[in-house]
Amino acid sequence: MGLLDKQFSDDNIILAKTEDLMNWARLSSLWQVGFGLACCAIEMMATSASHWDFDRFGVIPRPSPRQSDIIIISGTVTLKMAIRVKRLYEQIPDPKYVISMGSCSNCGGPYWEHGYHVLKGVDRVIPVDVYVPGCPPRPEALLEGLLKLQEKIRNETMVRKAVV
Amino acid sequence: MKTPQEIFEILKQKFGESVIGFADNKLLEFAIEIAPLAIAEVGYFLRDDSELLFDNLILLSALDDMTGKKVTEEDGSFRFEGGTLSVIYHIESTSSRHKIVLKVVVPKENAEIESVAYVWNHANWEEREAFDMIGIKFLNHPNMIRILMPYNWDAGYPLRKDYKNPEFYEGMKVPY
Amino acid sequence: MSVLKTEEMILNMGPQHPSTHGVLRLELELDGELIIDVKPHVGYLHRCFEKHCEALTYPQIVPYVDRMDYLAAMYNEFGYAVTVERMLGIQVPERVEYIRVIMGEFQRIASHLVAVGTYGLDIGAFTPFLYCFRDRERILSLFEMTCGARLLYNYIWVGGLSHDLHPDFLRLAKEFLPDFKNTLSELNNLLSYNKIFTERTANVGVLPLDTAINYGVTGPNLRASGLKWDLRKDDPYSIYDKFDFDIPVGQGWYGTVGDCWDRYYLRVLEMEQSVKILEQALVQIPDGNISEAIPKRIKPPEGQIYTRVENPRGELGYFIVSKGGLQPHRVKVHAPSFIHLGLLGELCKGHFVADVIAILGSIDIVLGEVDR
Repeated sequence: MGLLDKQFSDDNIILAKTEDLMNWARLSSLWQVGFGLACCAIEMMATSASHWDFDRFGVIPRPSPRQSDIIIISGTVTLKMAIRVKRLYEQIPDPKYVISMGSCSNCGGPYWEHGYHVLKGVDRVIPVDVYVPGCPPRPEALLEGLLKLQEKIRNETMVRKAVV
Repeated sequence: MKTPQEIFEILKQKFGESVIGFADNKLLEFAIEIAPLAIAEVGYFLRDDSELLFDNLILLSALDDMTGKKVTEEDGSFRFEGGTLSVIYHIESTSSRHKIVLKVVVPKENAEIESVAYVWNHANWEEREAFDMIGIKFLNHPNMIRILMPYNWDAGYPLRKDYKNPEFYEGMKVPY
Repeated sequence: MSVLKTEEMILNMGPQHPSTHGVLRLELELDGELIIDVKPHVGYLHRCFEKHCEALTYPQIVPYVDRMDYLAAMYNEFGYAVTVERMLGIQVPERVEYIRVIMGEFQRIASHLVAVGTYGLDIGAFTPFLYCFRDRERILSLFEMTCGARLLYNYIWVGGLSHDLHPDFLRLAKEFLPDFKNTLSELNNLLSYNKIFTERTANVGVLPLDTAINYGVTGPNLRASGLKWDLRKDDPYSIYDKFDFDIPVGQGWYGTVGDCWDRYYLRVLEMEQSVKILEQALVQIPDGNISEAIPKRIKPPEGQIYTRVENPRGELGYFIVSKGGLQPHRVKVHAPSFIHLGLLGELCKGHFVADVIAILGSIDIVLGEVDR
């Protein structure tokens, strides 16, 4: 915890760079849009439930996109849904992050060839920060994806976005 | 409980010309072929007759028979000229437990079938799906619009064998 | 006396809504808080399953079948395998049948646990959801030890299975069952008989039997309306005739027959019956070779067939038309969720907006199966 290293031993002053402080605050409470699409949404629910407990990373589902920080695209994005996904993304206030969960939203997954109504990768409509592979990814994989996202946020500067 | 053959005899006696015959299905199932515009009338009879009581439409499925003449275009794609589409109704009676299969065949150019949505409410959505996927119009249907594909989809009916996917939809690239 | 007139309001619910169980859009026509009509708009998860079937060979379809009703993937495979085996006339070894039934019933419990848990969540009780998912994880770990996957298995193949059981499976499965019975009684005390819960669900969304049949409703929703109709007994497949179990039927315990509480409680009762089947199957399972009946090449004769099985959500049927090739000519799925969703408008009429959630949760739909 780079932020808390610099605290004085006996009183309540903490010295930190603004950047570190902001990044630390951001990465520790990433509220996600409560939004499930397909099979991966069940694994996302399992990640939030008792066994894996997403809450310990500060991720809680929030029903409204206007009060959220990240959106996990959990499942197949169809052409009919893509327009709505884009609108949801636009409603999230900045800074916002996107995790693409599972093969379908990464690249179309098993539906890439004959899926006449499947969008081949959600990155065709919105920018993606972390891709989690798997069909569906295990909850551990989603947690790893979140840790990657936190690492990315930790290294952000106000000048430009960091590349992990 | 009645056999399909007995039910066919009853229907033949009642409706005459509208009941075309036993359709040939080599594996396990026999279907009674009905004229496209008589299916609702037959449906009402099957549902309400005190001996038959077919109160449950299990499944309504539409299919492209792929019978037309195959025409290959210059770019390698193909389409079928002419040919038929068919709709298959599996119906059963929950009280007397008999089951039959009805079949309706229509030409592709003029694919119109009488709707059975008022006979079995279940058919409402199934017929919309058949319209959406194969492109069969059901006459006198309460709400004949697309159901699964977007309402403004204009690239045709996806489950036809000669369906071609569009390059773009609403600015999004469709093929991989 | 003139009546104060109010304007009707159209309210959109979804496709992003925490209680629509996925991507479903409901168009509610309201008069104040009262519902005049509900129009479901589906297709937001239409993944072209039927088109894929026409382009793939019979064994290749199995993974796609999984992804249709992703909460009951084992049972989808089960139904598909039974259908193609009937087309080919294959008799599978007895051990395979037993393993299929065991997996199928475990899947039924897992699926009902999600249904019951998320139903509590919709109504406003968070804790039962955690209890249900805790036990579901144990079932999923049993599946995982058998075939390596947690959610979508590709386990039941045409003519056999992909793997035999893990050596520890039977022991762990037998240990799970008594624990699970305790969970069920916990769940009943926590949620089923809870005063708030019964007030929200009893006498809400009553589905009369004749309407249910006319709409083609099947499975727990039909049985909650009072008809004893279970394909495991009424149109037997596999080896369900070897087990002793009951078919629970809705009796209007807290209100009217066929209300939301009946539909909810019927799932709890069905889990009890599944435990009963499992207790017998886990003891009786014989030894044998699980892969001896898997055909090298699947090429059914020309013709058509409709076969149905009792999926956790209702009658899952496959209508397959073969033209004698390696790929089917047409596959059409009888998807129970699709049919049940068509009923929603009928059920919601005259209720309040808050009851839409209660009704939608009680019919237990999976959008992957609605849209396919």
